[in-house]
Amino acid sequence: MSPSLLSLEDWAAIRLTLELAGITTVLLLALCTPLAWWLAHTRSRWRGPVGAVVALPLVLPPTVIGFYLLVAMGPHGFIGHLTDALGLSRLPFTFPGLVIGSLVYSLPFAVQPLQRAFEATGRRPLEVAATLGAGPLDRFFTVALPLARPGFVTAAILSFAHTVGEFGVVLMLGGNIPGVTRVVSVQIYDHVEAMEYAQAHWLAGGMVAFSFVVLMLLHWLQPKGAR
Amino acid sequence: MSPVSLCKQSLSVLGLALLVAHGAHAAEVQVAVAANCTAPMQKIAVLFEQDTGHKAVLSFGATGKFYAQIANGAPFGVLLAADDTTPEKIGKEGLGIGATRFTYAIGQLVLWSKQPGYVDAEGKVLAKSDWKHIAIANPKLAPYGLAAMQTLDKLGLTAQVQQRVVTGENIGQTYQFAASGNAPLGFVALSQVMEDGKLREGSAWVVPAGMHEPIRQDAIVLKPGQGNEAAAALMQYLRGDKARAIIKSYGYSF
Repeated sequence: MSPSLLSLEDWAAIRLTLELAGITTVLLLALCTPLAWWLAHTRSRWRGPVGAVVALPLVLPPTVIGFYLLVAMGPHGFIGHLTDALGLSRLPFTFPGLVIGSLVYSLPFAVQPLQRAFEATGRRPLEVAATLGAGPLDRFFTVALPLARPGFVTAAILSFAHTVGEFGVVLMLGGNIPGVTRVVSVQIYDHVEAMEYAQAHWLAGGMVAFSFVVLMLLHWLQPKGAR
Repeated sequence: MSPVSLCKQSLSVLGLALLVAHGAHAAEVQVAVAANCTAPMQKIAVLFEQDTGHKAVLSFGATGKFYAQIANGAPFGVLLAADDTTPEKIGKEGLGIGATRFTYAIGQLVLWSKQPGYVDAEGKVLAKSDWKHIAIANPKLAPYGLAAMQTLDKLGLTAQVQQRVVTGENIGQTYQFAASGNAPLGFVALSQVMEDGKLREGSAWVVPAGMHEPIRQDAIVLKPGQGNEAAAALMQYLRGDKARAIIKSYGYSF
């Protein structure tokens, strides 16, 4: 065992982690934009409960999320029934299963920055655009979205980074299959448990460096006034 | 002296006396317990406290993780490992007292399904292709996982089964994969699916001893437990009839 180089398995885990985080981020931005828009503008009494549900993954231990997802996706759970009824294979121990777990796990990291951005924009620019004759879709894509761009940057970076740092959910749901569900955090855990501390250090140090760079990016990409 | 302060003083003396008396008879030891031994050790700890007055505070987990924690100064007084190599290593490295090491149980591997009647008495279900996943503990970390892989090797099924293996980080998680029905089959510890000498649910093939190296589970007193009365008493207690009867009722041998 070379102490200074990452093994093939380590690289596979890194690639898989980046794939998982990338797909999760794209899906989250697509799914969370309407949700955040609604949360930012609605006067419905459901705003509070929905906002609380969105924030739940912030406070729940990942083991709770992972455990419930494992049970729900299993043969006796409602997601399991759904996938069975649709003729799909069951989700635990699969990459799509991990994507769904990551969507739940990183949900608030996408919704909340978007919601703040939409709230900060307010209704005024949209109303102005409306008086100038812009239709609803036009207003959304040419006024609301560009104004909320910092929110999208923050949401994308945070969702990506948070998914890269995911551990408990993947451990509960993934079954630790090389190339399919064994992400970097799990690989580090395995190295530590197997007393392969040198390899654990390389990967763990890489995670620290990565996270630092991401947070610095977040700082640099903020509009000057917001710093 | 006022009556109130006299009262206070005598109370504190009484309290001190109680504390001293308590300390002389009852000690406490933190015990790191291999995940497969969770259920029997919980029972044994209760009896241990009743019979000796000492208290065993139990932590459950993977032996490899415990090793990392012990090497970094964890306050465990006793380790009940899932293997014999880790306690041996601990003894050699001076993290524990080598002379105290002994085999407290020999583990029994079992092929288990939550579904009744699914696993046959000879484990022939392993050769079938109609199941999708089999849960096995990480063979690098867990002795039960290693024994499972040795068994598959012996049956000549490793290549055929490899693609369908889902790996639990310890035997507890492996059981969870099988118990939730997500993996129709799992190689787990008999102690996890057996209680009072009977299978609790599902169906199982008790893997014959010749299929793999014996799973010797050793106990050792660790550095922080040296001189701790409760640690020594627990090691003694584990050799006694009461503890052994419980260990045996979960399918272990000696």
